[in-house]
Amino acid sequence: MGPEILRDLTFDIPRRSFQFLTGPSGAGKTTLLRLLFLSLQPTRGIIRTFDREISTIPRDELPMLRRRIGIVFQDFRLLDHLTTYENVALPLRVRGKEESSYRADVLELLKWVGLGERINVLPPVLSGGEKQRAAIARALIDRPEMLLADEPTGNVDPPMARRLLSLFLELNRLGTAVVIATHDLSLMDQVEARRMILSQGRLDIYD
Amino acid sequence: MTDAPRETAETQGAARRPEMRVRPTAPIVPQANVSGNALMLVIAIMAFLACLTFGAVSMVRATAASWQSQISREITIQIKPDDNLDMEQALKDARDLALTFTGTRDGTIVDKAATARLLEPWLGEGLDIDELPVPRLVIVTIDEQSPPDFVGLRAALAEKIPTAFLDDHRTWVDRLVAMARTTALIGTGILVLVFSAMVLTVIFATRGALSGNRHIVEVLHFVGAEAGFVASEFQKHFLKISLKGSVAGGLLATLFFVVAGFWQGRSIATPQSDQATALFGTFSMGLTGYLGIAATILVIAVLTTLTARFTVMRTIHEIDLIRSDPSRTDQLPDS
Repeated sequence: MGPEILRDLTFDIPRRSFQFLTGPSGAGKTTLLRLLFLSLQPTRGIIRTFDREISTIPRDELPMLRRRIGIVFQDFRLLDHLTTYENVALPLRVRGKEESSYRADVLELLKWVGLGERINVLPPVLSGGEKQRAAIARALIDRPEMLLADEPTGNVDPPMARRLLSLFLELNRLGTAVVIATHDLSLMDQVEARRMILSQGRLDIYD
Repeated sequence: MTDAPRETAETQGAARRPEMRVRPTAPIVPQANVSGNALMLVIAIMAFLACLTFGAVSMVRATAASWQSQISREITIQIKPDDNLDMEQALKDARDLALTFTGTRDGTIVDKAATARLLEPWLGEGLDIDELPVPRLVIVTIDEQSPPDFVGLRAALAEKIPTAFLDDHRTWVDRLVAMARTTALIGTGILVLVFSAMVLTVIFATRGALSGNRHIVEVLHFVGAEAGFVASEFQKHFLKISLKGSVAGGLLATLFFVVAGFWQGRSIATPQSDQATALFGTFSMGLTGYLGIAATILVIAVLTTLTARFTVMRTIHEIDLIRSDPSRTDQLPDS
């Protein structure tokens, strides 16, 4: 039996809150984000999401809950055979929406993240930073109630990082709870926000 | 995200440029990739082999049935010559007597010329039948379903024409029935084996092709797609692949039978064609053949689609069961 990755964590993510999740590599930031996203099940302990205890949620209800959460994976998880536009529109497409109903919104968001000229480009042709922005746009496109971002500025230059941060803040002002996992101290210094520091499986919170 | 801020130099610049056109939306599951093409090829080959086997087994079964029915459709009355016997009258009497029995349909006296032709391989040409004590034959056609009373017919013949002998071909019929049944059984066994191989190959090839698409299942699942939606996307994709492959294989098999039938028709009465016809029957695709090929295509399509659905659902189930501490299995509930 190996060591527990996370243990004795008790915290909440209030609605409309903004927080950074930080800590050394291997501390469990990604694991914690995936637990919050319901893509991992805890070995023990209780997680409540949107007022429901996740171990009691039937499997077929998980997609409906995930639709209320946007996530930016560290490795982007873009589909290589779909264009930037199609990747960003994917969450809306799987919800059964008509393409004509979301086209303008997707194009506008792509312009905002600086990919307005790259809408028909496939991910293998995009740079790391462009992929990251596409992944962020995909997480934001349906205005989630909670946004989880794993190192969202890890592959972009400081001006683009600031721009993405302002996008997250704007989203937060509109009512989305935001959790950004990052190592980037300069990014955290730009915003007066709650800091959650993970270390050796434990969590310290500085409001 | 309609509320994102707009006042930036880039967006202003972009506003002046013409709107970029979005390409027609691509399918969620990529249409062509190496594993998909390989699966299509495997399905085409297996469909071809299965259809070919089905056609061949149908042919052999039909031929075996025809051997059996041809020989059991007739009985022969053989009359040996005798000094006190008017052979022509005896032949007529025998035919008429046979036709009085229920179950007989028609009686034909094998005339002298035909008898001479029958003996030609042994006695040569220009044979005068009247000079030799050659037995004569009456061929009686019978109803296979309700044959006449052979014992009664035999007794009646013995009473009226003592030198007459009734051959109901029972020995040959029994042997041929046994052979035909064995041949049909072997054919059915081969058909079952080929179809089993086809089913297993299609299932495993589909699962193999799907394993290369696991990342797509994960992404769809994580962006909020319901399991049924993900499964239906893959089902549609694999249904197309399987239909293309199985229709190609089925058409190739049909083409084979058409070409073989054409060759047989063109080379009729040649030793090669006669040999092939005697052994395998006629290379023709009847309604059963076409229905069999259509059924094979349908089976492959259904099989591939169901395998795709089952595999995608299982993949999603596995994704949902991943735990935060994979090395810690002590507290896992049974899944």
